[in-house]
Amino acid sequence: MPELFEPRIVAFFCNWCTYLAADLAGTSRIKYAPNARVIRVMCSGRVDPQFVLEAFAHGADGVLIGGCHPGDCHYQEGNYSALRRFQLLKHLLKDMGIEEERFRLEWISASEGDKVRAVINDMVEKVRALGPLRKYPVVGGPLEEVAAYG
Amino acid sequence: MSPHDESASPVRVGVYVCHCGTNIAGTIDVHDVIAFSAALPNVALAREYKYMCSDPGQELIRKDIQEYNLDRIVVAACSPCLHERTFRHATEQGGLNPYYFQMVNVREHDSWVHTDKRAATQKAKDLIRAAVRRVKLHRPLERRRVAIKSEVLVVGGGIAGIHAALTLANAGKHVYLVEREPTIGGHMAQFDKTFPTLDCAACILTPKMTAVKSHPNITLWTLSEVAQVQGYVGNYTVTVRRKPRYVLEDLCIGCLECIEACVYKQAKVPDEFNLGLSKRKPVYISFPQAVPQVVVIDPETCIEFKSGKCKKTCVEVCGERNAIDFQQKEEIKTIEVGTIILATGFEVFDARRIPYYGYGVYPNVYTALEAERLTNASGPTGGEILLRDGRKPKSVGIIHCVGSRDEHTNRYCSRVCCMYSLKLAHLIKERTDAEVYNFYIDMRTAGKAFEEFYNRVAGGGMYLIRGKVADVCPAPNGDGRLMLQVEDTLLGMVRKIPVDLVVLATGLEPQKDAQEVRRLFNIGCSTEGFFLERHPKLAPVNTFTDGIFLAGCCQGPKDIPDTVAQAGAAAAESLALVDAGFVELEPNTAHVLEEVCSGCRTCIPVCPFQAISFVHEKNKAEVNEVLCKGCGTCVAACPSGSMQQNLFEDQEVFEEIGGVLAYA
Repeated sequence: MPELFEPRIVAFFCNWCTYLAADLAGTSRIKYAPNARVIRVMCSGRVDPQFVLEAFAHGADGVLIGGCHPGDCHYQEGNYSALRRFQLLKHLLKDMGIEEERFRLEWISASEGDKVRAVINDMVEKVRALGPLRKYPVVGGPLEEVAAYG
Repeated sequence: MSPHDESASPVRVGVYVCHCGTNIAGTIDVHDVIAFSAALPNVALAREYKYMCSDPGQELIRKDIQEYNLDRIVVAACSPCLHERTFRHATEQGGLNPYYFQMVNVREHDSWVHTDKRAATQKAKDLIRAAVRRVKLHRPLERRRVAIKSEVLVVGGGIAGIHAALTLANAGKHVYLVEREPTIGGHMAQFDKTFPTLDCAACILTPKMTAVKSHPNITLWTLSEVAQVQGYVGNYTVTVRRKPRYVLEDLCIGCLECIEACVYKQAKVPDEFNLGLSKRKPVYISFPQAVPQVVVIDPETCIEFKSGKCKKTCVEVCGERNAIDFQQKEEIKTIEVGTIILATGFEVFDARRIPYYGYGVYPNVYTALEAERLTNASGPTGGEILLRDGRKPKSVGIIHCVGSRDEHTNRYCSRVCCMYSLKLAHLIKERTDAEVYNFYIDMRTAGKAFEEFYNRVAGGGMYLIRGKVADVCPAPNGDGRLMLQVEDTLLGMVRKIPVDLVVLATGLEPQKDAQEVRRLFNIGCSTEGFFLERHPKLAPVNTFTDGIFLAGCCQGPKDIPDTVAQAGAAAAESLALVDAGFVELEPNTAHVLEEVCSGCRTCIPVCPFQAISFVHEKNKAEVNEVLCKGCGTCVAACPSGSMQQNLFEDQEVFEEIGGVLAYA
């Protein structure tokens, strides 16, 4: 186990706003914490609650969903679906003992490269303060992975 | 979770990591990433290359697929928004289905945003591991082909919209040109001379305006706005709201006798075209060369609209032509177009936002656009540069960068102000022989023949003072002049310079309703609020919404040559789509696995496009692929996992999640 805890964040970013904002952060050479791993989905509405649970189950210390601002969804209202699911799932996660700061939904438009930095840095700091979600080896760890692929 | 067809032999993945010169390799240890990738399950080959997107880079993929019998490709390089298509194409040319490919973004999302090399390298490994695990599950997919409508909508009738419309119309396409104002021409129609050639704006613009009106392939709708846009590339249905002009365009011959006959003997309404520097009547024409050559009645000020008791001398003088119709109502038009060009232009920075320059307080502080009208031969003063009291100015100060390059207003450079300031300085000098001062931060004259213009004009006896004006106030001696206080950064001293006239070189801003327009057309805005292009260099007129293009200042400040060039490019891009006769749509639509679907209908109300219907006979949901836009919201809503989205199947995303989190 590493001595210093580095949070592992899985980020689901919508293709049209937040993914582009992260691209803009790149082209603007804005620096931020390297802890997030972005998974691209077409719309934040595609984020199945199971994705979030799967991420936590595989050892994510935090899950971030990034979508277009209300009213700006490329698909009109997918982000509203994301919001509703987020609200429900948040309570469920809390009951499972997963702190609120570990699960976050943010509206980040394609022009808000700096918000990507701010949100990821903030989330990493908050999750770092909470410590790892699991302190023991997780499902999908090295042994399982080797077994799965023979 | 759906069953996947796995061939008997294990999948062979080829992983390619791009150096992007030093853009990626400077931060990420590419050799280490390659060694890691090569050891991943299913990876048959891992290679690095300096520039994967180059032809030799793509050739590597094509050859390796053949030589090493690869059946999946992963490229770790820049953003998929930039080169996903490039590499899918290379994969296809190598003989594989183009969707047997996954791109990993290790530049924008990694090497460019992190400084810790170890952490950045680890991130690249995690992302590649996820892609390898995901790409194994990819299925062969086909792009859908749909017919494209050949009509084009151009929004905005400034020089950008005019040029784009004419280019397309000349190529035989039918164009709808929609303009909000009563006339086309835009800001260019308000200018006097254009830099750097000093040819008159009207002389080069008005023939094009007339050509628009007379072109058989152009339908021109002025006083009109787009109200709704539906559909997708190739098949947009657009609703246009045509506001009443109260004058029938087909009947009015532009004799302007009604203006003469109006019961208002004196013009009393501030004239918008002259920025309030002159007055107009309630019935008016924006400017003599307006297109269409049709008057317009302003219901806000017309007595007939206010009281209903006007003598209607305008109707009387119009006589048998009967062109005036006070009953005219708003019209809603619905059109079908294949592509759309947005050329909605810019707004001039409101100089009142910088109070210490005194615009709106001191009468002889003008904006540059007002100064344009003063220098214009058909302007309110007939081209004479006059103070508000009618005197000729003896000294003039032009303040650059008003609302540009300033943390408190706009950080960006508006690009045209240095040049138009030099032009105005030259015209003012020529016509009044006044002392002309230019106060600049940096003189920016990048452009063909611009620097030569600067040298020529600067040599013409004007003062160029490098410094930002701090204050404009009345001269203390009470002679009615204005005192400019400026730190001359070349002399290193504060100077106070009295002038008669101040011209503020106001910058260019996005239109006030740019955000609403952006939503209407489902495109993005950059940080400053201008419409966002797909790529700043390689797709400067495309947007992220296929079939919608940008031209002119709605995309960012630019001068007339650049605007016209961009409008031509937008027209060409539009033509390229339309002329193909069909468009290919991404295959990332949703589909139902019928054997799993329980017929619960959860998916149906979440679809914003009414693409899902319920088939009673089968008790299953069904997706109409033509209507489906591929957001995947229904997939996330489906409780049984029977709704799946191509390229984003549950199992594919699960593998990606597992992949980014698996310990190395």
